[in-house]
Amino acid sequence: MNNPYFDLLMWARTTGFDIALTILIAGLLLRVLEIAVLGRKRDLAAPKGNPVAQGFRTVFTRSVPRKGQLKVAPVTYVGGYVFHLGFAIAFLFLGAHIALIDDLIGIQWPEANKALIETAAALAVVAGIALGWTRIANPVRRALTGFDDWLVLALSLLPLVTGYIAVNRLFGADQTLWMALHILSAEALMVAFPFTKLTHAVTFMMARYYNGSIQGRKGAES
Amino acid sequence: MTHKPMLPELMKAHGVSRRGFLKYCATLTSALALPPALAPKIAYALESAARPSVIWLSFQECTGCTEAITRSHAPTIEDLIFNAISLDYHHTLQAASGHAAEEARKAAMEANYGNYLVIVDGSIPLDNPAYSCIAGVSNLDMLKETAAGAAAIVAVGTCAAFGGIPHANPNPTGAVAVSDIITDKPIINIPGCPPIPIVMTSVIAQFLALGLDSIEVDELGRPKAFFGETIHDRCYRRPFYDKGKFAEGFDDEGARQGWCLYKLGCKGPTTKSVCATVKWNDGTSFPIQAGHPCLGCTEPDFWDNGGFYKPLSTPAGNYRQWGLGALAGGAALGIAGGAAARATKARAKSAHEDVNPHDLERDT
Repeated sequence: MNNPYFDLLMWARTTGFDIALTILIAGLLLRVLEIAVLGRKRDLAAPKGNPVAQGFRTVFTRSVPRKGQLKVAPVTYVGGYVFHLGFAIAFLFLGAHIALIDDLIGIQWPEANKALIETAAALAVVAGIALGWTRIANPVRRALTGFDDWLVLALSLLPLVTGYIAVNRLFGADQTLWMALHILSAEALMVAFPFTKLTHAVTFMMARYYNGSIQGRKGAES
Repeated sequence: MTHKPMLPELMKAHGVSRRGFLKYCATLTSALALPPALAPKIAYALESAARPSVIWLSFQECTGCTEAITRSHAPTIEDLIFNAISLDYHHTLQAASGHAAEEARKAAMEANYGNYLVIVDGSIPLDNPAYSCIAGVSNLDMLKETAAGAAAIVAVGTCAAFGGIPHANPNPTGAVAVSDIITDKPIINIPGCPPIPIVMTSVIAQFLALGLDSIEVDELGRPKAFFGETIHDRCYRRPFYDKGKFAEGFDDEGARQGWCLYKLGCKGPTTKSVCATVKWNDGTSFPIQAGHPCLGCTEPDFWDNGGFYKPLSTPAGNYRQWGLGALAGGAALGIAGGAAARATKARAKSAHEDVNPHDLERDT
């Protein structure tokens, strides 16, 4: 006799994870190396500013809203901060996740308590829903939103929602089943990661540095 | 038929007071998650029930389940309840041996056909009958023959309930659970390696007192009263899990402080049992209290569920080999993709034709 929930959990922990990690690593390497190998044509003109310094500075300054933009799109900025911070806290400071990272690469750090993790996760979900709402409410954003945007938003929120349900056994949830669904949802995110705009989590630094250094070379703001 | 004393007689013989018996019934009612008002009914039913014949079949097992049920520090009331049934066949406990023992089984079956209770511990090998035989009869044949006249079957221990350790990969004997063979009889699974003694005796007592229909089971055939919640949810170390305090080794400060054993591979979050509340050896302790993570022994395939000492959140497959392959493959694909893009760019550049304003004017 088998427990189908446990079989699903074991598939997620074995074959499912192997496939997802393989696609994630291979896909990210493919994307990043493709960009790096393509390269740029060498600019022989003398730089007017300091491209390297401005490139590095832009990596950080692009995380701060430009003057006046916070008022123009408050939900986008505040929701964006809350989602990213909440996701990062829930992912990086839960004991079970640290155990996973320790198993993968052999490093670990102190865990946060359940109250902080769950608050961060819940706020991230609320922020994600708010960000989704702006895609519907704002006509311009609605016109710009495609299927992949909704897919990426859903894939980002699912691990948070399933994790919250699994830990708190909401709606009488079976922990084994929901732990399996949680891991599977994270694996779906891993698979989609290299081939959607989620790749920005890895390429954002390259892109910001590139934009900053080009402007720096021209002596312009970035 | 020989005289089989009723429970009051046995109580007197064992020096157990009526007050002690009623306290047991109240405890039993509570353990079964039944309304308190049912305690007197259970007491009455146990006192007045005729001792049913019980045939205990031991197949591919280690006798741990029998050891557990007899380790109730006689003469406890659980032991007494065990005496309240007529245990007509049990390899380890019966005095008779050889042909006499087998005759006892057949006699009990004939005398109580359709009404006796079969308790099974151990899995059944299907690959070769010779892997496990009793008196020249294969486990498979004996189970089928004995189950035919049974009122119900109780599969005691994870081997009988789910295949257990003999069923573990690569399952050299083709071991299966009772429910994989018998499909036309009610089967109650009481898994555990071994099960908690009071869980075994309580289920039998409930069967005697309130009937088979009163035992509500989950999708794996386990009584919900004992297998309704995970060990994690009832664990006294749960607050440490919630606080993010974990033992990282068996001898570190966390272990000495009694912190959560999740990172040492505890399967409490996915294991349903009352180990954390009922405990063992008269409520003395249970594995997690003794400092060892739960192995998840009340769940199917617990032996093959990714390693006893790996946390539940960690992968249990061959991701390192796959990951190395992904590194090499991804790097190769990335460089090839970049090179292809460069080639496309170079081709576009060489195919580029210069256009001046005169050419444009001429075309129009």
